[in-house]
Amino acid sequence: MLHNNKKTLLCSATALVATLLAAGSAQAGETMDAVKERGQVVCGVSTGLPGFSSPDDQGNWEGIDVDVCHGVAAAVFGDASKVQFVPLNAKERFTALQSGEIDVLSRNTTWTATRDTTLGLNFTGVSFYDGQGFLVKESLGVDSAMQLDGAAFCVQSGTTTELNLADYFQANDMSFEPVVFDTSDQTVGGFEAGRCDVLTSDTSQLNALRIKLSDPDGAKVLPQVISKEPLGPVVRQGDDQWFNAVKWTLFAMINAEEMGITSENADEMKESDKPGIKRFMGDEGNFGEAMGLPADWAYNIVSQVGNYGEVFDRNVGAGSPLNIERGINALWTDGGVQYAPPIR
Amino acid sequence: MTTPSSPPPRGKTPFWRDPAKRALMFQALMLAALFAAIGFIVSNTLDNLDARGITTGFGFLDDTAGFGIVQSLIDYSPQSTYGRTFLVGLMNTLLVSALGVLAATVIGFLMGIARLSPNWLIARLAGAYVEIFRNIPLLLQIFFWYFAVLRTLPSPRQSMSLGEAVFLNIRGLVVPAPVSESGLVWTLVALVVAVIAAIVLVRWNRRRQEATGDRLPAGWISAGMIVGMPLLVFVASGMPLTWDIPKLGGFNFSGGITVLPELLALWLALSIYTGSFIAEIVRSGIQAVSSGQTEAARALSLSGGMTLRLVVIPQAMRVIIPPLTSQYLNLIKNSSLATAIGYPDLVSVFAGTTLNQTGQAIEVIMMTMAVYLILSLLVSMFMNWFNARMALVER
Ligand SMILES: N[C@@H](CCC(=O)N[C@@H](CS)C(=O)NCC(=O)O)C(=O)O
Repeated sequence: MLHNNKKTLLCSATALVATLLAAGSAQAGETMDAVKERGQVVCGVSTGLPGFSSPDDQGNWEGIDVDVCHGVAAAVFGDASKVQFVPLNAKERFTALQSGEIDVLSRNTTWTATRDTTLGLNFTGVSFYDGQGFLVKESLGVDSAMQLDGAAFCVQSGTTTELNLADYFQANDMSFEPVVFDTSDQTVGGFEAGRCDVLTSDTSQLNALRIKLSDPDGAKVLPQVISKEPLGPVVRQGDDQWFNAVKWTLFAMINAEEMGITSENADEMKESDKPGIKRFMGDEGNFGEAMGLPADWAYNIVSQVGNYGEVFDRNVGAGSPLNIERGINALWTDGGVQYAPPIR
Repeated sequence: MTTPSSPPPRGKTPFWRDPAKRALMFQALMLAALFAAIGFIVSNTLDNLDARGITTGFGFLDDTAGFGIVQSLIDYSPQSTYGRTFLVGLMNTLLVSALGVLAATVIGFLMGIARLSPNWLIARLAGAYVEIFRNIPLLLQIFFWYFAVLRTLPSPRQSMSLGEAVFLNIRGLVVPAPVSESGLVWTLVALVVAVIAAIVLVRWNRRRQEATGDRLPAGWISAGMIVGMPLLVFVASGMPLTWDIPKLGGFNFSGGITVLPELLALWLALSIYTGSFIAEIVRSGIQAVSSGQTEAARALSLSGGMTLRLVVIPQAMRVIIPPLTSQYLNLIKNSSLATAIGYPDLVSVFAGTTLNQTGQAIEVIMMTMAVYLILSLLVSMFMNWFNARMALVER
């Protein structure tokens, strides 16, 4: 009996050790191989934020973050639809990526030093330049953040929002009452019901959340922007091949806009004999190879998903209910800061 | 080891033939293997975390937290450390657990006794309470109190008020805060003296009753002393206590004490839910005392209340305490559902926000688990001690 016990113990211990050994450090190529074998990119998105990632009435995910995932699938498989979406709230997202549950996190996530350097994760670029703001009810009669001394703020737990809020109020020597919820539904619900006076989040998200309110015209976003929130896709640290593939997917979208390549004219442009465009289309050189991608990876992204401008307009810009201006998200050639290294 | 009938064989038994020693050896081996396995897992995990570039260690506890917490029983500001957020969360967990244990015990005992009432209506009402609240998942009950009840309260400006001193609105319950002035110590001293005197009186009364059979109404006298003495001193010393009455200003009330709606909802749900289980425990405990005991007490012409207090409950307690302990443990652990409605308990503040801002999941989760484990062990220890005492009294 005793002997038996010892045996089972040793067996389970070995099994456990084996699993932990197998879950060794991330290696270059590991993620790409797993993705190809699975036939799908598993992409972490929000639980529902119009314009960034939210399911439509048919349950199809749409938004700018979602299109980044489609872009990665187009680059890897030549088929933008090969994505599986995993909705995550702010608290769950990094663990989901660290543990390998998802391949990419594309969920309005702010690039900060702590997240980039201590979590074993890498940000691959910036898909949207944002900043934190405040949403208040018109009836509150407030038109500047400086009038919010002593107010209650609904804020989502595990976000940079929580930290900026404390910084701002300390810097301005004002007091605040944080009312912290886990999910965005609860955060918005608390604001609507009057549990707090102010809803605070990234400004673009406030615009998105405002249109979800039962009375969108009864609320307004205050003019103050209190932080820098560069949002971008994130991957696990240590797998450089996958890091490159995700990073260059976004760069390809931005480059395409700069070169005037769109989902509509991509096939025509493929016939172009301009060297830059030929390189982009994969007709000259093979820039996908080292990333484990086919030569026409960039062409697939643009023809199936569109360039950065198209993606922006369709989801958050003029062609969407959010109607956010390009502002600093315009290309560097148009006075914005979106700038991608060249494909050569 | 011993074979009393036959003489021991020549020489000593080799230890591998001695079952007791052999068992000892195997146990030592197993323990060694267990520790080796744990050590291996720990070092392997650390290696893997390091290889993946994930920061480890407890150094983060000294870093500045940088986020606000809405309720804290100790000094806290966003400039405090992550270590401090642990304490704030822990205190908030203890607060709601203690309030919950108290209220659940009161509700449970009242309802358990009511269920046995000869009054048809009272018994049925208590029965309905038990069946309803015991059978609805706790999380739903928390949501019910929070979203269906407290969320429908008016805004601060339209608060319901009680004598313009106590206000109830969607931001919580605001009550006047007592502000002590110099001289209040004497009232407290009087209270302490009264309590000590009451204890002495009750003991003396019991001994006297055992010796002579006479008894004073010690309970009433003690109650009178405990209320009366401090009151007398309070008035005599010029009522050194003022009230900080909440005032509406700006966005909300200022002054007074605000009980958060999250705390109210969690407290209500935990006490009513756990109270329904305690009611059943109390009922079964009382019914476990054989009816002969009651009849005997009646035959001695003890009144109904005395029968319950002196005969039934002391015996029922022995049956009640062990399962009651489990209910207390459940309540403490269930308080971690706080995070679902944003009450800043340990899980929400530390295993939630702090974990997320630092990314040190393993350390944070281990500390949190250790807290619940230690809390539960402490409660069990206390209840075991209490149980042992109750058992002795029986004789
Ligand atoms: N960009 C910030 C905030 C991101 C964030 O989580 N914002 C909320 C806005 S209320 C959200 O998107 N919630 C959606 C969800 O939890 O699914 C960060 O990275 O910490």
